[in-house]
Amino acid sequence: MAVKDRIPPIERDPQKRAKDFFEVSLGYDEERAVLEAQRCLQCSIPTCVKGCPVGIDIPGFIKQIAQKNFEEAYKILKDYNSLPAVCGRVCPQEIQCEGACILNKAGKPISIGNLERFAADWASKNNVEDEIQIDKNQNKKIAVIGSGPSGLTTSAELAKKGYTVDLFEVFHTPGGVLVYGIPEFRLPKDIVKKEVSFLEKLGVNIILNIPVGFAIHPQEILENYDAVFIGVGAGTPKFMNIDGTELNGVYSANEFLTRINLMKAYKFPQTDTPIKFAKKVVVIGGGNTAMDAARSALRLGAEVTIVYRRSENEMPARKEEIHHAKEEGVKFLTLTQPVRYIGRNGKLIAIECVKMKLGEPDESGRRKPIPIEGSNFIIETELAIEAIGTQSNKFLLSQFKGLELNKWGYIKADEFGRTSIPKVFAGGDIVTGAATVILAMGAGKKAAYAIDQFLK
Amino acid sequence: MKTSNLIVEKKKLAYGIHMFWIENELVANNAKAGQFVIFRIHENGERIPLTIAGVKDGTFRVIVKAVGKSTYELCRFEKGDKIIDIVGPLGQPSEIKNYGNVLVIGGGVGIATIIPIVKELKNHRNRVDVILAARNKDYFVLEEEFKEVDNLYFVTNDGSRGMKGYAHEMMEKLLKKKKYDISWAIGPSLMMKACSEVAKKYDLKIWVSLNAIMVDGTGMCGGCRVRISDELKYTCVDGPEFDGRLVDWESFNTRLIQYKEEEKLALEKYLEKVGEPTWL
Ligand SMILES: Cc1cc2nc3c(=O)[nH]c(=O)nc-3n(C[C@H](O)[C@H](O)[C@H](O)COP(=O)(O)OP(=O)(O)OC[C@H]3O[C@@H](n4cnc5c(N)ncnc54)[C@H](O)[C@@H]3O)c2cc1C
Ligand SMILES: Cc1cc2nc3c(=O)[nH]c(=O)nc-3n(C[C@H](O)[C@H](O)[C@H](O)COP(=O)(O)OP(=O)(O)OC[C@H]3O[C@@H](n4cnc5c(N)ncnc54)[C@H](O)[C@@H]3O)c2cc1C
Ligand code: SF4
Ligand code: SF4
Ligand code: FES
Repeated sequence: MAVKDRIPPIERDPQKRAKDFFEVSLGYDEERAVLEAQRCLQCSIPTCVKGCPVGIDIPGFIKQIAQKNFEEAYKILKDYNSLPAVCGRVCPQEIQCEGACILNKAGKPISIGNLERFAADWASKNNVEDEIQIDKNQNKKIAVIGSGPSGLTTSAELAKKGYTVDLFEVFHTPGGVLVYGIPEFRLPKDIVKKEVSFLEKLGVNIILNIPVGFAIHPQEILENYDAVFIGVGAGTPKFMNIDGTELNGVYSANEFLTRINLMKAYKFPQTDTPIKFAKKVVVIGGGNTAMDAARSALRLGAEVTIVYRRSENEMPARKEEIHHAKEEGVKFLTLTQPVRYIGRNGKLIAIECVKMKLGEPDESGRRKPIPIEGSNFIIETELAIEAIGTQSNKFLLSQFKGLELNKWGYIKADEFGRTSIPKVFAGGDIVTGAATVILAMGAGKKAAYAIDQFLK
Repeated sequence: MKTSNLIVEKKKLAYGIHMFWIENELVANNAKAGQFVIFRIHENGERIPLTIAGVKDGTFRVIVKAVGKSTYELCRFEKGDKIIDIVGPLGQPSEIKNYGNVLVIGGGVGIATIIPIVKELKNHRNRVDVILAARNKDYFVLEEEFKEVDNLYFVTNDGSRGMKGYAHEMMEKLLKKKKYDISWAIGPSLMMKACSEVAKKYDLKIWVSLNAIMVDGTGMCGGCRVRISDELKYTCVDGPEFDGRLVDWESFNTRLIQYKEEEKLALEKYLEKVGEPTWL
C-alpha cells in the first residue's frame, strides 16, 4: 500500500500575511488532525521518540488524536513538555522527531509538530485546566535567573515539587527569546502569557526589571537561597565587524527584532520606540534569526534580500521558515559575503559583496565558503541586518566571579546543569551556546531534577 | 524591599530640567557612581536610560532634560505618580580611588550627573577641581551640592556668569598652570569631544559618559555599540564611561541622530495632542 501524503496545515495566503503580524500557519482543524494522526503506524519501536530531545511518547499522544481523545493527547504531551503549544510551532522538527520518523523512508514523515500544536491549541480553546499538583512545602528557596524557556521550565518543575521559587527577569516582560526574538507571526505572545500565568498559579514569584548581578549581587543570592539556576541565554550579538559597521542603518537582528516584538515599534508612533521603515533591506545570515528578521522587515513594507555565504543546503534555519520566507517574497542571494558597508553622511547606502564558492568541509562538517577573487559587486540598500550569531553574554557572568566558564565563555556545566559552584546550576543557551527552545527546556527540567536531588 | 517606583519628590530646576526622587530600594542600595537606570513610563513607552544622580534612604534621584517626546512626557509626572518599569542599576561604575589631583567637568544636565562622582572622589580624599558649564546663569542646577570641592569654576556660553565661552576652553586654561592626574567630562557629546581633544593634547586621562541610544541595556541588542580605538564596545555593559581620547566621536555623534525624523514626528504628534508644553 502506498504511503498517503502528509496533510498540510492551514496557512494564510502569502500575499496577505506578508502585510501583517498575525500568525502565518493556522495549524490543523480537528478533521485534518485526525486524518494526519491516522497515518501514524504506531511503531512498536518508535524511532521518532529518539529524535525528540525530551523523549515525548509520540505514538501515544498521536493515537489519542486519531481516536479523537484530544484532551487525553494534551495530557500525555504535558507530562513530557510544559510548552507543547510553543514547541509544536518552533521546534526544528525536520532534524528532530519528524526527521527520525520511520515514514521518512517513503519521504512522508508524520507532521508531529502540527499534531502537537493542535492538541495544545485545542486544550487552550476548550479551557482544559492544567492540573495543579504541588507537593508538600519543602521550606527551601530557589532563585531562578532569566525567564526564557529554560528558566520557565526549571521554575515550574521546582514549584510543583514544593519549593519556593523566585524567578528574576531583567526585562519588563517575561519569556526571553520567546517574547523579544521570535515574532508574533510565528509564535503569538498570548501563548507565552498563558504559560507565565500558569507559573503564577503554581506560586512562582516572577520578579521583573531585576538585573541580577547589579541590583542583587551573586553573593547575596548565594546567601539567601538554597540553590540557584542560571538561564540567562546566549544573547550578545556578533557583528562581522567589516568597515562601516557603525553606520546608521546597520542593525543586529537582536536589536531589530527586539524593537519590533518587545517594544512594538511596528506601531510607531502609536508606540514610542522607533524603527527604520525602509524600501530596501538586506539581511545577512541563514538561520532562524535571519528568517525572522527578513520576514519582519517585509511586513514593514520593505523589499528584502537575504545574503548568505554558503548555499541554501547549508542554511541552518528550519526548512519551513525558508519556505515561508520565499512564499512571502523574500529574495535569496546565496554564496555571497558582504565585505564593506558604504555610507553617505553617516547613513548606509550600499553593501559591497563578494561571490563565494564552496570548498572542502570544515570542522562544522559544512563545506567551507571561499571568496572568488575579483567578483566584488555592490547592492544598494538602506538597511542591513546582521544575523550571524551570538556569543556568551557577560552581563551576569562579569559579576558572578568564581563561576567556571568553558573556552568559548559559556558556563561549564554537566548534563544536569551542575556548575563549578555546588549550589549553582545552569542551562539553556548560556551553557550550550545558541541552540533551541526544546533543548533549553530539557536542560531546565534536568536541572530541576538535580536541584531536587541536591537539596534532599 | 520597597520598590514602589513612586515619585516622592519632584522639582523643576530650570526650564525643561526636572528632578525626581523615586522610591526603589534595590536601585538606591546598590547604585554606584556612574551607573544608570532605564525607565518605561507607560505601556506603550520606550526604554529611557537616565543616570542615577544621587541616593538617599531607599530613594534615588534622576535629573531629566526634556529633549523629545518621552522626556517631555516624563517631566509632566508629579509627586505621587508611579513609573511603571525601572530597571537598574546598570553599567560599570566609575573607577574611583585616590588619584591626587582630579578635574571634573559637567555641562548641561551633566552638572547633575557628576555629583555622585565628585562625592566619591572626595570620599577617597582627592583634591577635586570642578568646571560647571551651561548655556547661561539659570542652568547651574544643584550648585549648592558642590560646596566640598577644592575649586569651582563657572563657564557660560553667553558670559552671564563666570568665564564666557566653552568648558574645554576653561579646561585648557587650567591645564596650562596645573597638573591633574585624571579627569572626567560629562555633558553634551560635543563638549565631551572637545574636552577629550584637550586632554589628549595634555596627555591626561579623561573619562566621558556616553549617552548612546539604547534598547535593553544588557548587552543583548548591540544598538549602543561604539568604536573605542578600533574595537566595537557596547556602551550599556562595557561603559557608559570610556576614555574620551579613544572614542570615535564622528560615528558616535552620527549614531545619536539615527532617529531624527522619527523623533521629530513623535514630538509633533504628542504636542498636537497635549497642546503647549506649559509644564516644562
Ligand atoms: C530570532 C530567534 C529565533 C529563534 N527561533 C527558534 C526556533 O524557531 N526554534 C527554536 O527551537 N529555537 C529558536 N531560537 C533559539 C531559542 O529561542 C533559544 O535557544 C532559547 O530561547 C534559549 O532559551 P534560554 O532559556 O537559554 O534563554 P533566553 O530565551 O535567551 O532567555 C534568557 C532570559 O534571561 C534574561 N536575563 C539575562 N541576564 C539576566 C540577568 N542578569 N538578570 C535577570 N535576567 C537576565 C534575559 O532578559 C532573557 O529574558 C531562536 C532564537 C532567536 C534569537
Ligand atoms: C547611559 C545614559 C544616561 C543618560 N542619562 C541622562 C540623564 O541623566 N538625564 C537626561 O535628561 N538624559 C539622560 N540620557 C539621555 C536620555 O536617555 C535621552 O535624552 C532620552 O532617551 C530621549 O528620549 P526622548 O523621547 O525624550 O527624545 P527623542 O526625541 O527620542 O531623542 C532626542 C535625543 O535623545 C537621544 N535618545 C533617543 N532615544 C534614546 C534612547 N533610547 N537611549 C538613549 N538616548 C536616546 C538621541 O540622541 C536623540 O537624538 C542618558 C542616556 C544614556 C544612554
Ligand atoms: S517537543 Fe519538539 S522535537 Fe519533541 S516531539 Fe514536540 S516538536 Fe518534536
Ligand atoms: S516513527 Fe513515525 S510512524 Fe512510527 S510511531 Fe513515530 S511518528 Fe508514528
Ligand atoms: S542597549 Fe542593547 S546592547 Fe546596549
